[in-house]
Amino acid sequence: MDDSMRIQNHPILGPLEPTATVTIYFDGRPIQARKGEPIAAALINAGIKAFRRTPKRHEPRGIFCAIGRCTDCMMIVNGKPNTRTCITPVEEGMVVKTQDGLA
Amino acid sequence: MNQQYYEPDIAIIGAGAAGLSAACQAAKAGADVLVIDENRLPGGQLFKQIHKFFGSYEHKAGVRGYQIGQALLEQVQQAGANIMLDTVAYGLFPNMELGIIHQGKAGTVKAKKYILAAGSKENYLALPGSTLPGVMGAGAAQTMIHINRVLPGKKIVMVGSGNVGLIVSYQLMQAGAEVVCLVEAAPQIGGYGVHASKLRRAGVPIYVGTTIQRVLGETQVTGVELVDLGPGFQPIDGTQRTLACDTVCLAVGLNPMTELAWMAGCNFTFLPALGGHVPMHDENMCTTLPDVYVAGDITGVEEASSAMEEGNLAGIAAAEALGYMTPEEAKRQKDAVWQRLQVLRSGQFGQKRQEAKQLQIDTTLAFLKGRRGGGQA
Repeated sequence: MDDSMRIQNHPILGPLEPTATVTIYFDGRPIQARKGEPIAAALINAGIKAFRRTPKRHEPRGIFCAIGRCTDCMMIVNGKPNTRTCITPVEEGMVVKTQDGLA
Repeated sequence: MNQQYYEPDIAIIGAGAAGLSAACQAAKAGADVLVIDENRLPGGQLFKQIHKFFGSYEHKAGVRGYQIGQALLEQVQQAGANIMLDTVAYGLFPNMELGIIHQGKAGTVKAKKYILAAGSKENYLALPGSTLPGVMGAGAAQTMIHINRVLPGKKIVMVGSGNVGLIVSYQLMQAGAEVVCLVEAAPQIGGYGVHASKLRRAGVPIYVGTTIQRVLGETQVTGVELVDLGPGFQPIDGTQRTLACDTVCLAVGLNPMTELAWMAGCNFTFLPALGGHVPMHDENMCTTLPDVYVAGDITGVEEASSAMEEGNLAGIAAAEALGYMTPEEAKRQKDAVWQRLQVLRSGQFGQKRQEAKQLQIDTTLAFLKGRRGGGQA
């Protein structure tokens, strides 16, 4: 797992508890994720920041609120467009695609 | 019709600081309470707050936010309130029915009383480049590091030096990120000195009278262009300079999530000090609709300790209105809550909120009096 952004030890919250991993696929690329974490967390941990492109000007967008309010992090998840990846947990074999426009 | 149908005494929307406190009080008094929350875990934003809380002993000063959240959750469970998670409350209709989607299935809640405790959301700052991936709310960064245990970036520029900006900057450093600087448009630091000092001791510059003119980057953030601000917050040409970073966090205030209150038909008042349009409410946290109460940031943005006290008030008042508590006992309990609230809303930082909250209640009482008078005339 590319864990470059993962916070393994935290001075207040302590060490990260081990957990099972699952594999999700971002635009075909396999990514290791911690079981139950939001899709957005797994992608950011893998260094991916652009999640979708806007309908009109196709500009990249990433997470903004991270609590399911702003809908900037929407992607196509297992074929379902407009899925808020910051509050949708990963599942084994999940297919996650960059959403271009309204998809 | 095989829709799920629920008929609790009291339905509470939002399982955060305010909603859980309200649930605890109402359920303790004997009411049948249903708490609804869109998230998969209860606690709202309490569990991402790892700093020690302010105030006095009664406000759990010195205890970290997530520990307060755990304790509150246990109290709610002991009191016997039901919490329904993964449930969106999409509308509160004029017939006082609440439309919900529970785990993907539609349902209806018909409660005798509603307590809206939906919280607030972060403000956005529109400037060139601010839509680039890597620009996010300070609260979003806090969620990423404390709940998801992932750094949103490694070199951070924070916009805003209120307590959120100061605290989250320090927390990003605790999580292992570098905070390049804080920028603050006002001529002085907005938050508590104790938090600003921690950053300054760690060598993080706080640039006051400064803002971001644009965020740099093609597909994601690569830096910022800062500019000094003169009188009237106008940029001073020639003072521009660029700094490299991969993340820009915006800590520029929050605004109440009032959609359900608007939809239900609650009357509103506009109070900039509380984040904009806020539902009118009386000392019982009751809105201009007799069956709808509000508590926490939805009534005007404050912080978690006040939200919990407002939740306590709403929970007690709703239970009292349904006959689960004598007026004498309710008054005794509400008076105690109000005393604690006054302390939270005192001092240099609380005074403005105190005045705004008083205005909110006075406006509501005048409005209700006018409506009653008009009806009888």
